[in-house]
Amino acid sequence: MKLFSQLFRKIDSTTSSNAKIKALVEFFAEADDKDKIWAIALFTHKRPKRSVNTNLLRTWAAEHGSIKTWLFEESYHIVGDLAETIALVLPQNQSTTHHNLDYWVNYIANLRDKEEHEKKDAVLSAWKSLDKDETFLFNKLITGGFRMGVSQKSIIKALSKYLSLEENKVAHRLMGNWDPFETEFSTLLLEENLSENLSKPYPFYLAYALDKELEEIGEPGQWFAEWKYDGIRSQLIHREGEVYLWSRGEDLINESFPEFSIIPQFETRSFVLDGELLVIIDDEIQSFNRLQKRLGRKKPGKKTLKDHPAGIIVYDILEFEGKDLRPYPQDERRKVLVELFNELHESLPLKISPLIDFDDWDELSDKRDSSRLIKAEGLMLKSKKGEYKTGRKKGDWWKWKVDPMTVDAVMIYAQRGHGRRSNLYTDFTFAVWEGESLVPFTKAYSGLTDDEFREVSQFVKKNTIERFGPVSSVNPTLVFEIAFEGIAESSRHKSGVALRFPRIKRWRKDKQAQEADTLDNVKSLL
Amino acid sequence: MSLLKISDRGIYCEQADVYIDPWKPVERALITHAHADHSRKGHQKYMSHHDSVPIIKHRLGGVEIQGVEYGEQTKINGVTFSFHPAGHIIGSAQIRAEYKGEIAVASGDYKTENDGISGEIEAVKCHTFITESTFGLPVFRWQNQNLVYEEINQWWRKNKSEGKLSVISAYSLGKAQRLIQNLDHNIATIYTHGAIEAINKLFRKHGYNLPDTVHLGGNGKLKEEEGGLVIAPPASIGTMWMKKYKTAQIASASGWMAMRGTRRRRGVDKGFVLSDHADWDGLNTIIKETEAENVVVTHGYTDIFARHLHEMGLNAYTAETEYTGETLEPEKTEEKTEDEAV
Repeated sequence: MKLFSQLFRKIDSTTSSNAKIKALVEFFAEADDKDKIWAIALFTHKRPKRSVNTNLLRTWAAEHGSIKTWLFEESYHIVGDLAETIALVLPQNQSTTHHNLDYWVNYIANLRDKEEHEKKDAVLSAWKSLDKDETFLFNKLITGGFRMGVSQKSIIKALSKYLSLEENKVAHRLMGNWDPFETEFSTLLLEENLSENLSKPYPFYLAYALDKELEEIGEPGQWFAEWKYDGIRSQLIHREGEVYLWSRGEDLINESFPEFSIIPQFETRSFVLDGELLVIIDDEIQSFNRLQKRLGRKKPGKKTLKDHPAGIIVYDILEFEGKDLRPYPQDERRKVLVELFNELHESLPLKISPLIDFDDWDELSDKRDSSRLIKAEGLMLKSKKGEYKTGRKKGDWWKWKVDPMTVDAVMIYAQRGHGRRSNLYTDFTFAVWEGESLVPFTKAYSGLTDDEFREVSQFVKKNTIERFGPVSSVNPTLVFEIAFEGIAESSRHKSGVALRFPRIKRWRKDKQAQEADTLDNVKSLL
Repeated sequence: MSLLKISDRGIYCEQADVYIDPWKPVERALITHAHADHSRKGHQKYMSHHDSVPIIKHRLGGVEIQGVEYGEQTKINGVTFSFHPAGHIIGSAQIRAEYKGEIAVASGDYKTENDGISGEIEAVKCHTFITESTFGLPVFRWQNQNLVYEEINQWWRKNKSEGKLSVISAYSLGKAQRLIQNLDHNIATIYTHGAIEAINKLFRKHGYNLPDTVHLGGNGKLKEEEGGLVIAPPASIGTMWMKKYKTAQIASASGWMAMRGTRRRRGVDKGFVLSDHADWDGLNTIIKETEAENVVVTHGYTDIFARHLHEMGLNAYTAETEYTGETLEPEKTEEKTEDEAV
């Protein structure tokens, strides 16, 4: 655990991706193969199942740290991380063991079927033999949530450096459902894999938000306009009968989206497409909420696939029959794309992104206002003569989003921030009227200045009705304008709606609570 | 009624008509220590431990101030006041008030480890104890300070061996002197930022034997490859003078560095857990040793700490004050004026 603990400390004390990658490379150079596998697994969310209930851990930590459970809970709230809170409240000791990461992962996995008292003995004896950082990591291994600020990308880069192997090959080799308990480092990463060149994606071209008047970008006739969808930007690769789906974060996500694996049954032409991954039912685009039910599911079940079927709205073609089309102008790529779609089998979950007809900028501006009706966030403008660039570049592509929706709402709950902001209230719950009562409909955290946060906190302290741990219910007095990008029906929320990207737009000091919006107002935005 | 109570101006002794660490202008102020949230301007008469006198004069200008020794008794309107070591910073004191057999103590800020320059805290027996609780949570448990100094020395040595300059952010009054006193001067030269040098000068002038340091100065440039250590106040981190130093490794020394979240948000390369405030065990030990029945918790995690004391069988309650304890923000406003000259 020493090496892994050092790695953790290095990663944790820097924000520089290069420094993190350097630390990872050093770790890979020193650690034994089994620990390498575990580090990769933990950083890429392949962690073993939780073997001890967290309530038990909390109880044991309070007991062994000689504090009452409520004090542990308060501490937990302020620290904000269970594994860390436990490590901090336990008596400090020097490390007395030299076992590696693999040993501890197995130690924890073996607890799964043990009796409670056996689990307790094992956990306590681990706590007693590990230092603070190691205890923290041990707790992280038990509790699961292993987020250490290392992206899959950094892991891939580090392995690529360490193994002198191209990044996309590393990414390809890390794909799949390999089980860290059963997998050898050498078989996973060192064996040549014939298909890996096939999966290689192109870098995405990313647009900037339009930052000038439309007149300044040129004549309307020089531009294509398309809807800008709110999904996951994706690259779909079909080469030699294999299908790969990459997300913009350059993660391979085909396993989560098996819908596309049928492409080779209908298509012999090879291509690389750029588009937006969405949940689409009967040609209708669904809200981002529904796509979220698919994200992060490595193996979606039958019901999920049926309820939230994914599709791609395709807006560009980067490669056709082995030829790189990126240097060709947008309008020529579009022609190839249209040809491809003309003969595409209808059962494939792919749709071409329609071009929007417009004669002048005013007409386009009017059309933009109707974006929400078709679940779009606004428009994309693409220069007909532009090539497909690499990364975020100005000039040929612009995104032109609609203004956010807003609702005036009353603050009814406030929650203290974490850590050094624990004396300030930073998380708020807002409500709108339904008849005579206020219905909570969203939370929002950001959007106020530091001074406003301080002023609101003062108000909360003076106007608290009741406290529920860190949460205070407050006199419904303050009105805020809440802005958001989307709204969807939701059975999980009392109000029946869920918002996308809610934030505080401004404090409406000019409004009384009675003047806030009603739930009917809010639902009319659906 | 209690001998010391919290008013809207400060900790007030009605019988003597004096305030302890008042935050609004009053006639007579007794000052526990020279940090800006305890020692404010605008009072007519000040009294503090004599080691605090030059700092208070330096920071507040020509105020009328009387310095006293630890243990020296002063009678005001029948109330006997005395100052007792608090171990927080040089010249810090707890203020004891006694009237007709009732004893109350305002402790200001304190720590239990003897850092070699701030004196050894004395647990003063009393009926009512007014305490801080900056780190009044069981997650704050300090390591032995010598281990922390060694950790800092190691970091410094490593930077030096890589030809890099080390910069450590520390309060100009207190933490800076503590580091200067306890770090290993054999590694390389310790340089000080102007705000800290000004304080050091005062202490040296008044007979404190601080190890030698070199004033960084506004002009010229250190040779980074010599691997020196610069001690600078938090407010100056990232300002102009630092831009010259491309190799600078920046660390922060604060109790808040115990929490991963604050460490990360701080954006420093390294965080050392070193505080001039008592940790959880320190607070509990001192409170127990005072044998106080009533405990007033003034700043920090007040609600939680008071509830804990209440469960320990004490009559504990919280009081609103304007003390801040150790914060992660750049120190106090007047330090900015000192900072203008590096």
